[in-house]
Amino acid sequence: MDEPILDVRNVDLGYGALTVVYGASLSVGPGELVGLVGGNGSGKSTILRAVSGMIGQKKGEIRFDGERVADSRPHRMARRGLAHIPMGRQLFGEMTVRDNLLLGATLPEARAKRDQTLAEVEALFPDLARFSEARAAELSGGQQQMVAIARGLMLRPRMLLMDEPSLGLAPIVVKEAMRAIRKVANTGMPILLVEQNVKQVLDIADRAYVLENGRMVLDGTAEDLRGDDRVRRAYLGI
Amino acid sequence: MDTTAFLQNVSNGFLIGGVYALIGIGLTLVFGVMRTINFAHGDFTVLGMYGAVAFNSAIGWDPYAALIVAVPAAFIGGVLIERFVLSRLVEAPPETTLLATLGLSLIIGNCLLLIWGPEPESVNVPYAATTLAVGSVRVSVVLLAAGLMTLAAITALWLFLSRTETGRAVKATASNRLGAELVGIDTRRIHSLVFGLGTSLAVIAGVALIPLLFANPTNLGPIFTLKAFVVTVLGGLGNVWAAIAGGLILGIVEVLGTAYLASEYRDAYGLIVFLAILLLRPEGLFGRTTKRA
Repeated sequence: MDEPILDVRNVDLGYGALTVVYGASLSVGPGELVGLVGGNGSGKSTILRAVSGMIGQKKGEIRFDGERVADSRPHRMARRGLAHIPMGRQLFGEMTVRDNLLLGATLPEARAKRDQTLAEVEALFPDLARFSEARAAELSGGQQQMVAIARGLMLRPRMLLMDEPSLGLAPIVVKEAMRAIRKVANTGMPILLVEQNVKQVLDIADRAYVLENGRMVLDGTAEDLRGDDRVRRAYLGI
Repeated sequence: MDTTAFLQNVSNGFLIGGVYALIGIGLTLVFGVMRTINFAHGDFTVLGMYGAVAFNSAIGWDPYAALIVAVPAAFIGGVLIERFVLSRLVEAPPETTLLATLGLSLIIGNCLLLIWGPEPESVNVPYAATTLAVGSVRVSVVLLAAGLMTLAAITALWLFLSRTETGRAVKATASNRLGAELVGIDTRRIHSLVFGLGTSLAVIAGVALIPLLFANPTNLGPIFTLKAFVVTVLGGLGNVWAAIAGGLILGIVEVLGTAYLASEYRDAYGLIVFLAILLLRPEGLFGRTTKRA
């Protein structure tokens, strides 16, 4: 198997004396769309914070692109090629969509190829060109999510990390957002998709991990998980 | 009413208002990016005044030449204060930062008191009383110099914010700090830079004012901070253009109030306008209720 781009090995994570994730492992290989699903408070966000360098690891280790992720700051992970599409999108609301995208290519390597990347991103999401002069805050939630993904891609990242992209979106828009994510994955971009919305993730992901109370309880291909009785009962309501 | 005298007052108010705008812009820039109200802001203006006095009395330089040293020193000082004081308080409740800047104000004021004593200081420049005739209006050279310094500082700031990558990073950080961090901007560095810019602008205003006003160590700083606050709230906090308009309005209101009502209430006129704005348009004259994405 190819060397994974993201490799989380047996980590304990937490805040101060509190441990909220125990012995979790997961990996994302080249070109894979991997889901990390679980309910509220299961520890998904904590894993994500550790991967993006916002908190350190109590035990175990996290490697991104072969190198350790230490207790760092988010902008350093961006420099290493990890595009984190945060919960709530965190766009530059009073700026235009175009300025949001251009700011995505702030780092020197990304800036050098900014026009080329912008053309690629607009080819992937043709709608973006249509509202490029609109202010980001004026867009609908679904459109904003698209801008957030596109802004992440402007970094020319080696991997995308997505935190709850469906949050606050209407069900029909969630489907649209998920299709957009699959589209990005089809370009060969590895993606770790962190979501509460298990059904939607299993519809588009290659593989997924299920986290409960800070422990990985299940993992497998999306197809296997869709057929798994526990998943069907607990998450899919079947 | 005498038209010439009126125009004279308006032109004076306009030029002094420019300096108020310059003080206000520093405050509003720091607030816009860091969400911190710097209660020591006016004390940096006073530091600029004393810097010019020191250069003038010790080396005999023209007070304006003090800018060459005072501006870089203010920038470095601001960066160090941000790095060693304010950046440690990011996680703390907002009142902690507020108290830290208030403490800074007391420290600066009392250090100046220790060095210079309580007597007001000023500089004597040979051109202090020189005026230029513009039509029937006479413009004082020192006021004009203050206006030009303001114009130069504001233009430089505008070019920096709109034309450079770092300037765009500053705007992105002001708009959404987490978003900026995630596109790879080191927002801690941006905070230090912005605080340094804020103190530099305050110091430039101090140098511009010294031929016009007496410097005193402890009282003047809080008055400038208050004026900066009035200026920014007049326009809308966090908005650089609005601060310029707010500064000009404050300058003109003060000068007209002094000339046509009563001169002893100079500082009160601005506050009356301030209260009126708070009552009628709490978002500021040019402010909008902001919506965040």
